[in-house]
Amino acid sequence: MSTVRAVTTGRIHSWDLSTGVDGPGTRFVLFVSGCPLRCLYCANPDTWHMRDGREATVDEVMAEIEKYRAFITIAGGGVTLTGGEPLLQSAFSSEILRRCKEAGLHTALDTSGFLGARATDELLADTDLVLLDIKSFDLTTYRHLTGGALAPTLNFATRLDRLGVRMWIRYVLVPGWTDDAESVDGLADFVAGLGSVDRVDILPFHKLGAAKYEALGVPFPLRDSPVPTPELVERVRQQFRAHGLSAY
Amino acid sequence: MTATVTTGTRATEAWHGFAGTPWRERSEMGVPPAEGWGSVDVRGFIQANYTPYEGDASFLTGPTDRTRAVWEKVSALFPEERSRGVLDIDTKTPSTITSHAPGYIDRERELIVGLQTDAPLKRAIMPNGGLRMVENSLKAYGYEPDPFVTRVFGTYRKTHNDGVFDAYTPEMRAARKAGIITGLPDAYGRGRIIGDYRRVALYGTDRLIEAKKAERALLDACASSTEVIRDREELAEQTRALGELTRMATSYGCDVSRPAATAHEAVQWLYLGYLAAVKEQNGAAMSLGRTSTFLDVYLQRDLDEGVLDESRAQELIDDFVIKLRIVRFLRTPEYDALFSGDPTWVTESIGGMGEDGRTLVTRTSFRFLQTLYNLGPAPEPNLTVLWSPQLPCAFKEFCTQVSIDTSAVQYESDDLMRPRTGDDTAIACCVSAMQVGRQMQFFGARVNLAKALLYAVNGGRDEMTGEQVAPEMPALTGEYLDYDELAAAYDRVLDWLARTYVNALNVIHYMHDKYAYERIEMALHDYPVHRFMACGIAGLSVASDSLSAVKYARVKVFRDATGLAVDFRTEGDFPAYGNNDDRADSIAVGLVESFMAKVRQYPTYRNAEHTQSVLTITSNVVYGKHTGNTPDGRRTGVPFAPGANPMNGRDRHGVAASMLSVAKLPYEQARDGISLTTNITPEGLGHRPEERAGHLVGILDAYMAAGGFHMNVNVLDRSTLQDAMEHPDKYPDLTIRVSGYAVNFVRLTREQQLDVISRTFHGSL
Repeated sequence: MSTVRAVTTGRIHSWDLSTGVDGPGTRFVLFVSGCPLRCLYCANPDTWHMRDGREATVDEVMAEIEKYRAFITIAGGGVTLTGGEPLLQSAFSSEILRRCKEAGLHTALDTSGFLGARATDELLADTDLVLLDIKSFDLTTYRHLTGGALAPTLNFATRLDRLGVRMWIRYVLVPGWTDDAESVDGLADFVAGLGSVDRVDILPFHKLGAAKYEALGVPFPLRDSPVPTPELVERVRQQFRAHGLSAY
Repeated sequence: MTATVTTGTRATEAWHGFAGTPWRERSEMGVPPAEGWGSVDVRGFIQANYTPYEGDASFLTGPTDRTRAVWEKVSALFPEERSRGVLDIDTKTPSTITSHAPGYIDRERELIVGLQTDAPLKRAIMPNGGLRMVENSLKAYGYEPDPFVTRVFGTYRKTHNDGVFDAYTPEMRAARKAGIITGLPDAYGRGRIIGDYRRVALYGTDRLIEAKKAERALLDACASSTEVIRDREELAEQTRALGELTRMATSYGCDVSRPAATAHEAVQWLYLGYLAAVKEQNGAAMSLGRTSTFLDVYLQRDLDEGVLDESRAQELIDDFVIKLRIVRFLRTPEYDALFSGDPTWVTESIGGMGEDGRTLVTRTSFRFLQTLYNLGPAPEPNLTVLWSPQLPCAFKEFCTQVSIDTSAVQYESDDLMRPRTGDDTAIACCVSAMQVGRQMQFFGARVNLAKALLYAVNGGRDEMTGEQVAPEMPALTGEYLDYDELAAAYDRVLDWLARTYVNALNVIHYMHDKYAYERIEMALHDYPVHRFMACGIAGLSVASDSLSAVKYARVKVFRDATGLAVDFRTEGDFPAYGNNDDRADSIAVGLVESFMAKVRQYPTYRNAEHTQSVLTITSNVVYGKHTGNTPDGRRTGVPFAPGANPMNGRDRHGVAASMLSVAKLPYEQARDGISLTTNITPEGLGHRPEERAGHLVGILDAYMAAGGFHMNVNVLDRSTLQDAMEHPDKYPDLTIRVSGYAVNFVRLTREQQLDVISRTFHGSL
């Protein structure tokens, strides 16, 4: 595989338009295929494997985005790369982010940060906002929950802060997994030390991906976990707010 | 009290403080008014006097105790009305402008008075449209038709309905019966005519009668041709109706012969003009027009002079809106099932931009929307914001916040309408743009494009009955549908359909003018009026997806023993309308263009200008029920998508993609409006509640900038609706917008409720 080819094609799952949930405004959201983590609550198991995605060229993706450029510009949005883990195909993602910036579009990268080391400084220069999912602040829980290590994510967060890349922290709240008050406080304390974090979004765990597991014939590990109560969500938000953060 | 004062002096008093002169000038008897706006010139008055408002909603006030008391008194009647279908009916008195004694909700507390009959929610009969409709409605609700009424309208006085069926051809009857042409106003009032009720307030009826006489005098020198005789008679009727309006107003203690002198009178006079219309006509849609900025001139004058405070200003609008909410007509349960509930389409058009670049938003634009908070959400009046990205930001955010809180606002593109119908345009019914007082339309319901496609496959036979409805033509006989063959056959069917349709509409409107003429509404129009022949199409997404399936996949046909194609199996994928994919969207665009072109080939009654809408209101459910399996995979009986919406569940890339597909439909070829209904969950507008109004502003700006014409916005979630189905009593006020109109969800049939729920929810699921 030549370098040129690696940059101009990638494997994608799908694309969608959403409002106010994948970064600011109404956005073109590209779901890139493949993810190194296996989060127990994952809502998109159909994006785990690159082989399940379809091959798409950067030009193809940009042609699709072009059809929405006026809409998302007027609506005050942009383009968000998510997945899967967009940094798994970092060269492909980097090229799309670059082309979007050239087109004058606001860009966001939704990542777990686990592969943050693959994000070049050039890629980050083309990224207006990183939606950084920190799955847990407890080393053991993180490993059990995701199958990966926490350290790369924290290193990535620190690097983003140093580079001045704006961040929204995303925290999926799963009762019994990520609602431990002490752990939340630890995370809040860490995040509060990052000057480039604009806000923290608490995302209540949901089971709307269950049907996808069924279709794939894969067991959904958190099938029987409860969704958080509004009170619990509010408590966790308050914990972040107590550290001076804007949490929603 | 001012009976002895001359009109001129009374006008001078009433108009004190107002600027501008052309709108004041009277035309000479027998001399045509100047080019452009005539001697009756409400727009000129507004332009010379209104105060644009660019501020926010913080000045608004809540309901007063008085407002609450009046609203509670009348709302207490709603549960009984809902359970019985009607609260009461006056079976004996065919309604006219002056037929009923004055009625009140609460005479001591009401600020704006006037009811259709002598008691709130008591319905009147209007047999001019059709006696059968009246009798069927009475029987359905357990009332006996009055023998005198039956004798008069069954023996001595022919109705619109009788006239139409005298002149229908067998072909028209067959097309109507098969449901390929549906919803025709041949048995009831056609509606969709907006009287310029503001004229009553600004000029008073004496001056309006004088102007009508001047218009009539123009015809004196003309030879008495059929057209001239008809016009003379109509102008005489209009003049007479204005006199009746004056008498009806007198019974409420209001002297509308003179101009309104205060804001209170302006609201009252305007309402009495509207009341005269809804006493005389049971029109399918009885829209109000564009009154808020007009009334603002009066409210602002009184506020400036210190004779009114904000709380009182809001009370006047609240009280006016209470009256508009209780407009009722007697209709059959089947009619209500077709249109979901008990609609009146008292559409009020709010906002918009002026031709001179100033916004037409005033404080009263806000006050009208505020009624949704002060009185709670309701489908009537049908509040319609004329949207432009140029509107003041604070107004835009207020509108979208009201949408998020109540789902009771619809939006139409001011930027598409203003260059065509000017900045005094109002919406009739749901999406029909009319220059107020200068244009009217002949409402034409719609044809079923999906059924027509099946006729193309079946050589003009109906897929449900097997009957030959369209003229016999070769059926398609291949095992698989061939796109070119199908397209050619479809073209032939649509040719026939357009011809039959326009000719049927000509019959209907000839007879409506003859037997159920809208005297008072037309009295509040200029002479001569510009007429539109408002045709319409339903099933656009089903028809275009079916064509796409045949073009891009393979569609196998299954036929019954008589050779009738009754089912299809699609092999392979095909692009569907609603995903911003030109392959599919261009088919839908082509259908709109080609049907409009076909309709234009046939001359219209009174040379009305041909237009069409892509609108179903809620009748998409009934159309679907009467249409067999379609090549797109839709099963027989399954509802169509409403209006110009993509087919339920086939839009897979979110709301912006489906909006951009709809925005491709050319307004120039669908000047009667293109309707999109969007259901968005609150979360679908953003994770943070505080950001949602702003996001919706962005979406509306972007949709309209892309050429989108109309959008209903329902902000709700599936579980709310499911709960409302099971516990209707918990949700008496749950309003949802469906294709150009808002309805009470709990008043829908179960079938319609399920349809609403199964529609794509654009939540971030």
